[in-house]
Amino acid sequence: MSKSHVTTTINGEAAEFLCETQQTLLDVLRDVVGLTGAKEGCASGDCGACSVLIDGTLVCSCLVLGVEAEGKSITTIEGIAQGDHLHPIQQKFLEHAALQCGFCTPGLIVATKALLDENPNPTETEARYWLAGNLCRCTGYDKVIRAVMDAAAVMRGETV
Amino acid sequence: MNYISSDLKVVGTRPIRPDGVDKVTGRALFSADTRSAGMIWGKIKRSPHAHARIVSIDTSKAEALPGVRAVVTSADFPEISSEMAFVGEGPMNFRDLSDNIMARGKVLYEGHALAAVAATTQAIADEAIALIDVVYEVLPHVIDVDEAMRVDAPVLHADMFTTGVNPKPATPSNIAKVVTFKKGDIDAGFAAAEVIFEDSYTTKPVHQAYIEPHACLATYNPDGQVTIHASSQGHFMIRAYTAKLLGIDMANIRVNPAEIGGGFGGKTLIYLEPVAVALSRKSGKPVKMQMTREDVFRASGPTSGASVTVKLGAKKDGTIVAAQQVLKFQAGAYAGSPIGPGCMCGFAMYDIENIDVLGYDVVSNRPKVAAYRAPGAPISSFAVECAVDDLARMLGMDPLALREKNAAVNGTKTHYGPTHANIGYTQVLEATRAHPHWKAPLAEGHGRGLAVGFWFNIGGESSATVHVNEDGSVVVATGSPDVGGSRASMGMMAAEVLGIDISKVRATIADTASIGYTFVTGGSRVTFATGMAVTQATEKVVEQLKARAAQTWDIPVDAVEWRDGKAYPAGTNAGAFEPLDLAAIALKQARTGGPINSEVSINAQGAGAGFGAHICDVAVDKETGKVEIIRYTAIQDVGKAIHPSYVEGQIQGGAVQGIGWALSEEYIYNDKGLMENPGFLDYRCPVASDLPMIEAVLVEVPNPRHPFGARGVGEVPIIPPMAAISNAIKGATGLRMPDLPMSPPKVRAAMDAAL
Repeated sequence: MSKSHVTTTINGEAAEFLCETQQTLLDVLRDVVGLTGAKEGCASGDCGACSVLIDGTLVCSCLVLGVEAEGKSITTIEGIAQGDHLHPIQQKFLEHAALQCGFCTPGLIVATKALLDENPNPTETEARYWLAGNLCRCTGYDKVIRAVMDAAAVMRGETV
Repeated sequence: MNYISSDLKVVGTRPIRPDGVDKVTGRALFSADTRSAGMIWGKIKRSPHAHARIVSIDTSKAEALPGVRAVVTSADFPEISSEMAFVGEGPMNFRDLSDNIMARGKVLYEGHALAAVAATTQAIADEAIALIDVVYEVLPHVIDVDEAMRVDAPVLHADMFTTGVNPKPATPSNIAKVVTFKKGDIDAGFAAAEVIFEDSYTTKPVHQAYIEPHACLATYNPDGQVTIHASSQGHFMIRAYTAKLLGIDMANIRVNPAEIGGGFGGKTLIYLEPVAVALSRKSGKPVKMQMTREDVFRASGPTSGASVTVKLGAKKDGTIVAAQQVLKFQAGAYAGSPIGPGCMCGFAMYDIENIDVLGYDVVSNRPKVAAYRAPGAPISSFAVECAVDDLARMLGMDPLALREKNAAVNGTKTHYGPTHANIGYTQVLEATRAHPHWKAPLAEGHGRGLAVGFWFNIGGESSATVHVNEDGSVVVATGSPDVGGSRASMGMMAAEVLGIDISKVRATIADTASIGYTFVTGGSRVTFATGMAVTQATEKVVEQLKARAAQTWDIPVDAVEWRDGKAYPAGTNAGAFEPLDLAAIALKQARTGGPINSEVSINAQGAGAGFGAHICDVAVDKETGKVEIIRYTAIQDVGKAIHPSYVEGQIQGGAVQGIGWALSEEYIYNDKGLMENPGFLDYRCPVASDLPMIEAVLVEVPNPRHPFGARGVGEVPIIPPMAAISNAIKGATGLRMPDLPMSPPKVRAAMDAAL
């Protein structure tokens, strides 16, 4: 069976790839495009380690087909920082030690970006429910939530 | 040297970890992120039965499928004789490990590997797996630990004769081992008791549930040299097991440590690497393998489920005079549950005159258990800490007061042999009593629970190198995989000894060919043991720096002192010289004797034991039986927090894993012995919305055997949560929940039954 040709945008850059029709966007990103920041933790949409944005909407890339990227704009963890300037979410994850092993971190950061794009001033409860689809087994979420709330404050211009 | 009383400038601060940017930008390379030119994909054929004899395996159709490059079965692995291995956390028999990664003769649990293929694509490999034709003779199976101990239970291993009993049994059984620990005279203890409490408890197997599935990339070259990229809690462990299971010299295996996406003990043994090497040897290609989440649940080790009884005898004043415990631990399909530490840890927080503990290590048709954070202790302590709480109720005593009255102190002789020394348990209990949480009023309908925990912590073999670069910056390398930020603490200890800024030090992890042997990252040993190696290696570098300054000034080396990153003449008699800083000495190192560096390998002794106390408030929903954690405080003696943020993180993460163990996590089997919930939707780990903030309280009673006073911290925090929550539920509802998990249906049923 011949592969499908997909024209898309990844992290702001025009991109093309060939993929099998049954290949997930996660497998395409990792194995075809070579962006391994999105992780496979479950391949069933339960852990959130593969989180990416499609036209700004948060999805588990393991539940999306590669061909569905056609004509869309994909944002992965590799596209969150601007050049060598970390995004405030990334900076706050580092400052709050909100990661231990770091495997769930790309997904958590992408999911947090989607949260703060939609709701710049979430309550702690809102943040906890928004991130309930991102499993972290190391931190117990305490420092993650602190980093998210602090990043939100920075992005609102309230603190540095 | 010892820095415990020194004025510390780096240790105790919270710098950003050296591997941090890689991990927030997606650049960090974990096990499955590495690619190799010409790489093909390996997949494993797994048993659909809980227990079966393998009558035949026909791989011909799979081998004929276009794109398939190799197929292996146990026939491709040497037969290994029974021999105990001490390369991971807890003993492991090499023969059992070989049998576990590729079944020989019988499959012993659903998911047991019995063949593997390598093909050009994952899809072809999956297709080939389906084409392998296996004929099974399905055998009766047993899952539950009490059932597995019955005389009429299906026997897994015809050569398993219980050890630890006299005389040796004449017939095989599923009881691998019986262990006993005794102190004093248990009968006299109970005879003297005025109040006796006794109860039974069960726990379910729970998985470490690291988010990164096991994965590896292996290449076997025609000259017999092997390269493996894999994440683990010890790349030297991967090398040792792979060498033994394939009959390859260790020198011909180089293991590169990938970033590890969580381990918690579960990556102190291996499943894939020897299979990938065998497939690479047969195909001539680099072979990449990765487990699915289902594979991880079905075929990698959870910790034991167990059945436990506890009996306590006390005087009316609260003095506990007798303590008895019987523990039956599931080992999974092969011997080797953490029954030993389980027997040792339950009463280790108490000073009790008469103790009797009996433990059973029992096999059944489940995946072989692996280490999980303080292996054995959480199970044992769940039972003991619930019983102590109920004893306090019988005595009409405050549960903290009962623990204070019977607390182990320095000089308390444990029932398993050693005498407690340099412990900080008294200070932990003081901090608990003083904490606002303990004194806070409880809301209507809420319950508060307290439980304590103990873990030995270990030392062991560690290697570290310190290199001074030509510009005066410094590279520290160790053999310890960094699971939770240890590179930061390694760099900080080196920077402290050198007296330089942490930004001038880079800490890395070296592969098996680039540094001396280092035991696994487990037992809460890295900050203690590898930190000690780093400190000693850095001190040797300081000696060299002083020698180079002495040479430059032409004065004796003992007339030079090192402070704040500079060499100074030791006094006015030594001469009047401008201080030489690290960069100035480094710049001239070629002319003063060559590169400045050192490597230290040690077998660290004197790991300080850890104690913790957790306070938990819960609300119980009377409609659904759901238990909500309202407030949680974890107090622990950490010795000295090198990087306090990562110490807090260990405590918070461990507590939350314990909360999952308490409330929602379990292996569920159907009547065919097949696991029904091998995914994160149905195996329910705690998520962010389940939890409040977890307050970690660091008590610092320095461990005198570590240069900065550090104790291991990673394991203690998973021990108290289950009992703390059960005790809180009892406070809220008046009901004792003795069986884990205390999930909504179980709590609801208990409330209904009490009406």
